[in-house]
Amino acid sequence: MSVLVFVEIDNGSIKKLSQEAITYGAEVARMINATATVLALGAADESALAQAGSFGATKVLHASDPKLTHENSMAYADVLVQAAHQEGSKVIIVAKSGLGDAVAARAAAKLKASVISGITSLPEINGNSFKVTRSIYTGKAFATVDIRSEIKILAIRKNAVEATETGNMATVETFSPALNDANFTAKVTDVEKSNAELSLTEADIIVSGGRGMKGPENWQPLLDLAKALGAATGCSKPVSDLDWRPHHEHIGQTGIKVAPNLYIACGISGAIQHLAGVNGSKCIVVINKDPEAPFFKAADYGIVGDIFEVLPRLTKAIEASK
Amino acid sequence: MKILVCITNVPDTTAKIAFVDSDTKLNKTGIQFIIGPYDDYALARAVELKEQHGGTVTVLNVGEAEGEPQIRKALAIGADDAIRVNAEPTDSYFVAAQIAHIAQQNNYDLILMGRESIDYNSGVVHGLVGEMLGIPSFSPVMKLDIEGTTAKLAREIDGGKEYLEAPLPLVLGCQEPIAEWKIPNMRGIMTARTKPLQVVEPVAVEDLAINERYSQPAPKGQCKMIPVEEVEKLITLLRTEAKVL
Ligand SMILES: Cc1cc2nc3c(=O)[nH]c(=O)nc-3n(C[C@H](O)[C@H](O)[C@H](O)COP(=O)(O)OP(=O)(O)OC[C@H]3O[C@@H](n4cnc5c(N)ncnc54)[C@H](O)[C@@H]3O)c2cc1C
Repeated sequence: MSVLVFVEIDNGSIKKLSQEAITYGAEVARMINATATVLALGAADESALAQAGSFGATKVLHASDPKLTHENSMAYADVLVQAAHQEGSKVIIVAKSGLGDAVAARAAAKLKASVISGITSLPEINGNSFKVTRSIYTGKAFATVDIRSEIKILAIRKNAVEATETGNMATVETFSPALNDANFTAKVTDVEKSNAELSLTEADIIVSGGRGMKGPENWQPLLDLAKALGAATGCSKPVSDLDWRPHHEHIGQTGIKVAPNLYIACGISGAIQHLAGVNGSKCIVVINKDPEAPFFKAADYGIVGDIFEVLPRLTKAIEASK
Repeated sequence: MKILVCITNVPDTTAKIAFVDSDTKLNKTGIQFIIGPYDDYALARAVELKEQHGGTVTVLNVGEAEGEPQIRKALAIGADDAIRVNAEPTDSYFVAAQIAHIAQQNNYDLILMGRESIDYNSGVVHGLVGEMLGIPSFSPVMKLDIEGTTAKLAREIDGGKEYLEAPLPLVLGCQEPIAEWKIPNMRGIMTARTKPLQVVEPVAVEDLAINERYSQPAPKGQCKMIPVEEVEKLITLLRTEAKVL
């Protein structure tokens, strides 16, 4: 029996979010005297997959059929269920993301398993009792869930565990599942990918701009700071509504929920709907000219000042200290 | 075209969340309930598609009677009829099974819902329903057009957008900018009163998971203010005190 971890692949390697999922899976495996097996789909580099061992997995099942290279939750769930049967897995782990949730959901329906998304810490396991804590109300509360189904599918939120590297390698085995044509009826006609190297959900640092930036032409100082920090960039809803920034940067209750180590908010007032998307951050810095801006109440560090003065000085200070 | 729109009945985005009965129930006192914001986008697009292509829009809510004002609002926005499955929506699997059961009795071309509910934020119901019905599901969908029996859609992927064509029927989890939220007009509100709202009892589903208790995050400590003359100090603090650089 093994704990099965579904991982997402980007450019042939395991995504950072999925590395945490492997660590989580390995911890759960330790608790139930099992091992952790990783399932990787599509084109991937064997040596990169073996790295799963560094996060605690013993084995990687690699289904390399090129049809699986393109994200497809229907086909992925089908393959995941076949792998779960082969491995006799009762616990399946995915990293919470649009793809992770979709794969988890479809696999759950096939396996009559409960699927719990947004888990924030390791489970409490006592005999047959299996309880997890998950984030609800967009980070405003937590629920402790008693999972009763025999098979359990858990979608793990960023920072639920720290991905620690041991340097071990996992063995990589070829996995050849049956692929069902019914899962490939959709045609991808075009893909637009931003050339940003860092995605918001994976970034450790995010610099985010609000309406206080006054217009798209003023974004350079924010981009400069992000570059100096190796950070991804985000924005508030009005900013993406006004098309100052692309929609996929929109953070908040109705946008992306992020949980970086450091979130720097520039000219964002801190409306409750925005806070709902960032309350998983470890440390929040707020720069706003209005000392009464509600964001300061949710911040760890605050600077009352003009962003256009503060941002270049921060960038300079970082560069000077490198 | 027959469209089913599944809506959640959730606390307003500004609601203060607190619990009662030894942290086993949401304290609903003073909370205003709304149609889930993402579901509201799905509904708006469904009404637009009906205007373009003809057909019907049915609204489905798995929830107790207290959610009926939100169902009436959906009817006022332009849905033709509504179904309420009379049950507390406790678990994604349970809710999905109810939706799938209703869908099996009607041949919907499209089943639309929000990408996630804003109370549990799971984002799994569309996938569950799709699998239970044996049809594809996509989420989060930000653009949707129908040509004949094909859906042309755009969905958000990590750092970008993907354009797809897929044959109907489909289950889609929606988000902005698929449509703009619609506000009911006076005529809509008047006609909504007499539109059919059918209440059905749930099908039995085994309890796969139980919410045992709720808790709230520890309150945030004091924000440390850094005088604007000394902004450079922030970098040192982030390195040595917060240890995030
Ligand atoms: C159902 C619903 C869902 C929503 N979902 C989201 C969501 O997901 N994400 C989201 O962000 N919002 C969301 N909103 C909108 C939210 O309520 C706020 O309107 C929005 O977050 C405000 O954006 P902002 O802070 O950029 O702009 P504003 O509130 O206009 O704030 C601008 C800030 O910039 C400051 N400022 C201006 N100039 C300067 C300067 N030179 N230097 C420093 N500071 C300056 C001002 O003091 C002000 O605090 C939602 C709203 C609703 C109703």
